[in-house]
Amino acid sequence: MRPALSVIFFTVSSGVGLGLLVWLVAMPLCGFAGYQNAASVLPMLGLGMALTAAGLLSSTLHLANPKNAWRAFSQVRTSWLSREGVLAVALFPLAILYALLWIFPLLPTLRTVVGVILAALALGVLYCTGMIYACLKTVPRWHTPLVPAGYLLLGLYSGALVGLAFNVERGGAASSQGVIALALLVAALIVKSLYYLKFRAPVTVHSINDALTLGPKSIRLLDVGHTHGTFLTDEFCFKLARGHALALRVIAIVAGFVIPFVAITLGTRSVLPLSVAALVCALGLLAERWLFFAEAEHVVRLYHGSSRV
Amino acid sequence: MRLGLTIDLDTCVGCHACAVACKEWNGESLMAGPLPDYKPYGNDPSGAWLNRIRSFEYGAYPESKTVNVPMSCLHCEEAACVTVCPTGASYKRPDGIVLVDPEKCMGCNYCAWACPYGARELDQNAGVMKKCTLCVDRIYDEKLPVLDRQPACVLACPTSARLFGDFDDPASAVAKASAARGMTPMLAELGYKPVNSYLAPRAAPTVALATNPSPKKSLAQLLKSWVSNEKGN
Repeated sequence: MRPALSVIFFTVSSGVGLGLLVWLVAMPLCGFAGYQNAASVLPMLGLGMALTAAGLLSSTLHLANPKNAWRAFSQVRTSWLSREGVLAVALFPLAILYALLWIFPLLPTLRTVVGVILAALALGVLYCTGMIYACLKTVPRWHTPLVPAGYLLLGLYSGALVGLAFNVERGGAASSQGVIALALLVAALIVKSLYYLKFRAPVTVHSINDALTLGPKSIRLLDVGHTHGTFLTDEFCFKLARGHALALRVIAIVAGFVIPFVAITLGTRSVLPLSVAALVCALGLLAERWLFFAEAEHVVRLYHGSSRV
Repeated sequence: MRLGLTIDLDTCVGCHACAVACKEWNGESLMAGPLPDYKPYGNDPSGAWLNRIRSFEYGAYPESKTVNVPMSCLHCEEAACVTVCPTGASYKRPDGIVLVDPEKCMGCNYCAWACPYGARELDQNAGVMKKCTLCVDRIYDEKLPVLDRQPACVLACPTSARLFGDFDDPASAVAKASAARGMTPMLAELGYKPVNSYLAPRAAPTVALATNPSPKKSLAQLLKSWVSNEKGN
């Protein structure tokens, strides 16, 4: 699949933002200090929503006809893309309400309830993003529960890293929170590793004989029928150099997981290593997301010369 | 009603007349057109087509056969392109035709991702998805003579490899041909139940291979085999 930069930036940026929202609601619920007043919560909330909004705006860049984008909220009954849009837009009024309840701290119970709904919505958006890809039977390597699990955990983990940096900067006692962030890191790494392991031997494989059903004998493409590329070759026949794939996987794992792991274990007392780790992690996730698209193969490639997808 | 096409892979000669006729009709059609071309006179011409023909070799030489496979929208019964569409622009009509409403489409490409057959192509100029309409603006046009109320590709086919009709009507040409010689649907395991059907190419003729003649025997060997009454030359 063609790796569209707008969609890659969207999923990484709103992943961090949504993970941060969940973090800032979940941490005080778990009894951690450092999230007790508007001054400590609002910057996190603001950054979380800004990253989410930046991602959503970026996602509209890949639309060929964005003036109809408002219609994308209409098909929640069947379309994961529609569901994601509705949940993402519902976040904004709720986040404003949540911010107001912090600025005017009169109703702490209502604030908690609104916070929990906000976090649930954020989780819902992450899940929907994963399901947009996982529901496609036409891309066999995406058609696995590991995809929504990955989007959820990578979002939670990358958001936790930013939340942790914030909390350390505010002087919160972060070592036990560091353990939670590490747990999310390890969980995300396990899911992503399983995805990469499964990548070599996907559950479903379609062959050119499934695509043409002429019979059991060998089939090969003689003529694709066009002299230059088409919409289909541009969109689905992206060719990834083998060496690039391996190098990017290494970058994704080292920048996305190893460096943040070291930063969390070494430095839950100073803010600099954690902030750097959050940035490096985001870069690693950009590489991971680019690969997510570039490596996945669509079955229409069977009609363009591939013998197996 | 399940309107669709039957395409005979045995008689299709891969001339692309159906694709050109499609491009011509839909180039001016209000339903799918205009179908844009990008750099049509440049070094790398491209454009949106609703029907593409690919040629494959089936079997290994010399028992091989060239099979030309025209592919357009198969108007699936379980059309995933319709269910994933976030705007409601993609829809399936009661007569089975899958269409895109250009007034609603936002050009997100998600339907094209959901289609295993490459039936949908983005019109980069208008920013909306284009696909085969089964010439819905022809087949119901009562101003046309009855014989002309068929998709442009069917009328253009010089070998009559393409038939149009209602698969729910067992007496229709498409249903009869499909029942007699229909192939397993392409990528049937995905479960989209394509309506268009393909007729299987007949088996390639068996070619007798020229075998090397036996090496000539010397006069002495011939005599020897004659004496010992051996068969053969």
